Amino acid sequence: MAAPFLELRDLKIHFPTDDGLVKSVDGLSFSLERGKTLGIVGESGSGKSVTSLGILGLHNKRNARVSGEIVLDGTDIVTASPESVRKMRGQKMAMIFQDPLSAMHPYYTVGVQIIEAYRVHNNVSKSVARKHAIEMLNRVGIPQAARRVDDYPHQFSGGMRQRAMIAMALSCDPELLIADEPTTALDVTVQAQILDLMRDLQKEFNSALIIITHDLGVVAELADDVLVMYGGKGIEYGSAITTFEGPQHPYTWGLLGSMPRLDQGVSARLLPISGTPPSLINVPTGCAFHPRCAYEPLTGGRGKTEVPELVNAGGGHLVRCHLSVSERQRIWAEEIKPKLEAGA
Amino acid sequence: MSDIRTGEPLLSAKGLEKHFPITKGILKRKIGAVKAVDGIDFEVFKGETLGLVGESGCGKSTTGRLITRLIEPTGGSIQFEGHDISHLSQGKLRPLRRDMQMIFQDPFSSLNPRHTVGSIVGAPFRIQGIKTENGVKRAVQDLLKLVGLNPEHYNRYPHEFSGGQRQRIGIARTLALKPKLIIADEPVSALDVSIQAQVVNLLEDLQEELGLTYVVIAHDLSVVRHISDRVAVMYLGKIVEIADREALYAHPRHPYTVALMSAVPVPDPRRRNLAQRERVLLTGDVPSPIDPPSGCRFRTRCWKAQEICATEEPPLVERPGDPPGHQTACHFPVADDEAVAGRKVKAPVA
Repeated sequence: MAAPFLELRDLKIHFPTDDGLVKSVDGLSFSLERGKTLGIVGESGSGKSVTSLGILGLHNKRNARVSGEIVLDGTDIVTASPESVRKMRGQKMAMIFQDPLSAMHPYYTVGVQIIEAYRVHNNVSKSVARKHAIEMLNRVGIPQAARRVDDYPHQFSGGMRQRAMIAMALSCDPELLIADEPTTALDVTVQAQILDLMRDLQKEFNSALIIITHDLGVVAELADDVLVMYGGKGIEYGSAITTFEGPQHPYTWGLLGSMPRLDQGVSARLLPISGTPPSLINVPTGCAFHPRCAYEPLTGGRGKTEVPELVNAGGGHLVRCHLSVSERQRIWAEEIKPKLEAGA
Repeated sequence: MSDIRTGEPLLSAKGLEKHFPITKGILKRKIGAVKAVDGIDFEVFKGETLGLVGESGCGKSTTGRLITRLIEPTGGSIQFEGHDISHLSQGKLRPLRRDMQMIFQDPFSSLNPRHTVGSIVGAPFRIQGIKTENGVKRAVQDLLKLVGLNPEHYNRYPHEFSGGQRQRIGIARTLALKPKLIIADEPVSALDVSIQAQVVNLLEDLQEELGLTYVVIAHDLSVVRHISDRVAVMYLGKIVEIADREALYAHPRHPYTVALMSAVPVPDPRRRNLAQRERVLLTGDVPSPIDPPSGCRFRTRCWKAQEICATEEPPLVERPGDPPGHQTACHFPVADDEAVAGRKVKAPVA
């Protein structure tokens, strides 16, 4: 079997600080093929954004300790020289940030910024690059692209700025695209436009897409595979269908129970997760989720002392939980699912 | 629900308007106005929750600030318990502040970082000069307990709390003077998903316990549906549709409401293709409120727009066949199971 296009093996990204070691990412593994979409879900502080910066090789060696492997098309980004990673960035992998207003330079026109990104990797004249920039803006659906190319970012609306960001990210035809909360700052109608656009472009460019979000709805719209992160670790990893239809980690159940849904009836009450997300300096012993887990007593004390492994729960669906597969399936089918559907 | 609506409304707005002037030059010549809220009518009844939804720039937050009289309307009137409060002076408003309180979106900037929790939650007592039976400290601790915080945290500072806990502090402060009406402007949107649900449940419990009336302003349609009894949809400074929650979500009439609801991503990957086909994709952005389109403001993005939409503004009225209280401002309201833009709009499960 050929090696996957992108593979993370036991990635750890730690930041030494005066208060202690912040273990933002602590042993994360996943893989992704071209043309596929991985959705990474988690709350703030779960390590999802740090992971994406790690894949782009953007962590400064002076203040971050990165270990493990990030193999992109045969190259390990963790050990590669900064110069070679710089060449890959933009060309092979690109990123779409959450807030396009702060990700773009306010002093330069949108066109200049796309042209610069393109010319760094392609030896072409300014006029050719400009034509390419206009073409890209056209492609992402900016009306009158030939005129708007000379506008400054503040002259664009939020949705158009996000389109321009996508145009910039795609200008060098990257094979891996990472979108970090690409629609969080946008209104729902604009979000629907952007998600549609990303889906179409991915098909067209056949790139691998990682979409990082806290919105399970967005993940369900786009992702083939889902990785749920908690406290710097992947706690559930599987295809979108199995993860949404038979989630096996109590945290994933909690996330689903916390969300009111438009496609179901109104439930009388939401089923929130108690407590708050953990501090990454002081991650709870054993399973990081155990202080918030309603099923911790069922583990016979192991939840508090032993870190669970990410194990196959059948069909390649990986779950990091001390409860046995049959127990989890029983709890999901008998306790959680009926409650979630109670309003339907 | 319908029994709530009998009797006098707690709050009613008629033709409410707020135009922010745009000035130019050193003489501050007025050259235009941002019509943030442009003539809206609604009522809030005692004990109910009215949800106000819409996209950014639709005027929902301005509406919230108008009805709490944090800003003065440029037109129309607001009545609170039968008294006109539209143009009261700050001094005359002060006693009213007891009855109307606000919960803010950002739990980080709405709490003074240099004050302890005790002083923040106790501030309303101090400002209004209210004596409590067992002292302010006791009252504050009771409030902290009520919102699910540890009363021993009385002397801590806001930075020692997480986002969800801070929002609880804000809610405790809001409840201090037992207000009759609470305006919550995006109360959960700055919080993590698992914390959002905790705060939503807390708001609902408090309403039941204390008989509160809420106006909840939010952009998240699923949160609004969960928490509201009635929902008003706003677009460019106007209410385009207002109805009971069930009626609005099961039988949306205004094309904008239909589009808004179909745009919400559903956490069900099997419905992905189905949802895409049913989705009404609005093109373009919301027009500028400085120079809104003539007639119906939604017509520039509406697939049903005809000539009359450009010339005549549709009034917000009940349509025949709709349940009482379901008002729509549209010349061509969407019927149940109507094919929309070549895609069938399926009503969500009731």
